[in-house]
Amino acid sequence: MRLEHIVLHNLRRRKGRAVFLVAGLLIGVATVVTLLSLTDALGRRAQNELENFGANIIITPRSDELTLNYGGVQLSGVNLVAKEIEQASLVRIDDIPNRRNVATIGPKVLGAVEVEGQRVMMMGVDPAAELKLKRWWTIAGRQVEKGNELLVGYTVAKRFNLNMGGSVQVNGHAYTVVGLLARTGSQDDQLLIAPLPTAQAELSKQGQVSMIEIAALCHDCPVDDMVNQLQQVLPGTDVQAVQQVVKTRMHALDQFRLFAWGVAVTVVIIGALLVFVTMMGAISERTREIGIFRAIGYRRRHVLHMVLMEAAIVSTLAGVLGYLVGVGATLAALPLLEGGKATWHWNPTLAITAVLAAIFVGLLASLQPALRASRLEPSEALRAL
Amino acid sequence: MSLITLDKVNKNYINGADCVIALNGLCLTVEEGTFLGVMGPSGSGKSTLLSVLGGLASPSSGSVSVDGIDVYGLSVEKQADFRREYLGFIFQSHNLIPYLNAMENVMLPLAVTRLSAEEKRRRANDMLARVGLPDRMLHLPQQLSGGEQERVAIARALVNNPPLLLADEPTGSLDTATSLQVMSLLKELHEDGQTILMVTHNRENLQWFDRTVYLRDGRVEKDLCHSRDELPQAI
Repeated sequence: MRLEHIVLHNLRRRKGRAVFLVAGLLIGVATVVTLLSLTDALGRRAQNELENFGANIIITPRSDELTLNYGGVQLSGVNLVAKEIEQASLVRIDDIPNRRNVATIGPKVLGAVEVEGQRVMMMGVDPAAELKLKRWWTIAGRQVEKGNELLVGYTVAKRFNLNMGGSVQVNGHAYTVVGLLARTGSQDDQLLIAPLPTAQAELSKQGQVSMIEIAALCHDCPVDDMVNQLQQVLPGTDVQAVQQVVKTRMHALDQFRLFAWGVAVTVVIIGALLVFVTMMGAISERTREIGIFRAIGYRRRHVLHMVLMEAAIVSTLAGVLGYLVGVGATLAALPLLEGGKATWHWNPTLAITAVLAAIFVGLLASLQPALRASRLEPSEALRAL
Repeated sequence: MSLITLDKVNKNYINGADCVIALNGLCLTVEEGTFLGVMGPSGSGKSTLLSVLGGLASPSSGSVSVDGIDVYGLSVEKQADFRREYLGFIFQSHNLIPYLNAMENVMLPLAVTRLSAEEKRRRANDMLARVGLPDRMLHLPQQLSGGEQERVAIARALVNNPPLLLADEPTGSLDTATSLQVMSLLKELHEDGQTILMVTHNRENLQWFDRTVYLRDGRVEKDLCHSRDELPQAI
């Protein structure tokens, strides 16, 4: 027989108190797990929405001139001073600390070309990246892939009466229309979209890009930090965040996270107080028993060990059950939030932290009762003697 | 050889504004192998004597030594070790742990030793057999009679082979027949060389002792050595 044996027997005998202790901590752990899991799920949902929203960081060549353009309307007679970004410098984006938050990099080259005697804007893109950035695009046909293929914006197609599979002369070179872009209501309607290398050659801008759009997943990072990091690795450019959307979303999430933590901490404190009061009661109830242990030769640390071991067993059980109940509550609540689109993800860190935190809180709350028990004078505890 | 030496032991309790003198310059030596009865009226200091001897309540002054060890010269934790290794306690109300069976109760003092599980079980088995309860090992205290509980308490007190057994009114809550069984068991242990110091109110128990001290007002009023056939009339 060992001390563990005595502790387990005591817990079995005082089932009611053990259940009460477990329930107190369990509710705390379950609340914390539920709130944090919901925050996590909603954060992931927001992250996915941000991905679908498109680029939220735009990199353009640095210009000392003020922008004379608002809402797509440019002052007439003003010519853009054409500076470009070296395409080779894009690899440096991989060096920023928040690289894992960069979901998509969409380099673009822009320039005017001539079609049937009229000037039209051509945009060279990385086709795969562009489709990720412009998830709202509806294409009749397909995206461009290579060579002299064109995806034609709605307005341009109407103007020049271009059809799928048709041919069009651009700067005197023959291109095939492989896709027609449905109306977007944006500047994209007025573009001829070609593969990046093709457009670079057509515009005589080999190895250069006019702008870079980045979809950054800032679920757990501040966009401002990423902007600064990008600015550092791409000198000579202006890096700007489409901050309003991101910040609004992040602010809402941060508020919810703050609220979740506030509730979680409150519930945990209540749970800890419950453990403290229950353990103090248990020590008073067991005064005589502790006196017997001390009288037959148990050291103070043996008594301390037994009380803390009891707390650790109860807390571990509460931590594991609390985590499971928390996950259950999260699964039950998620369909009611965000139209049921947010999903739960297994987070081993949260599982381990929940159990360890329950043990820590249980032990901390039991420390004073345990010390009190260990300091009981056997003669005072044993009225029989 | 003296197993116990109490030298000018005083023990005072503060009770509000009053100071209660429980032991008043008590001097006592007890030889190894003695079955000593301690008698006296209520408040004479009998239980305090056991507490002081057992390292449970430090004296206000004076010294207590058991087997040459200055009990109150030890640290608190060493006093616990001393109780485990040198003393066996038998309480008036048995004080068994209610959620442990007889076997586990007997093994309690061994739970904090380095003995193997088999050795702990063997010793507890032997001790329960010795007190006549080989078939009640798995019973909880509430499933045992008062006499059986007392015997479990005796087995627990002896499982560490302590040189000194301290008993506080072990027959106080037992009927006459059961008391007789318990006292017979203690006598057997004494005959095997066990030193026993037993507090009792019951004059009928005098027959089992080979020495009896009578306390009054915290002092030894009478100290008589006797055989079973020569019971002291003075007490």
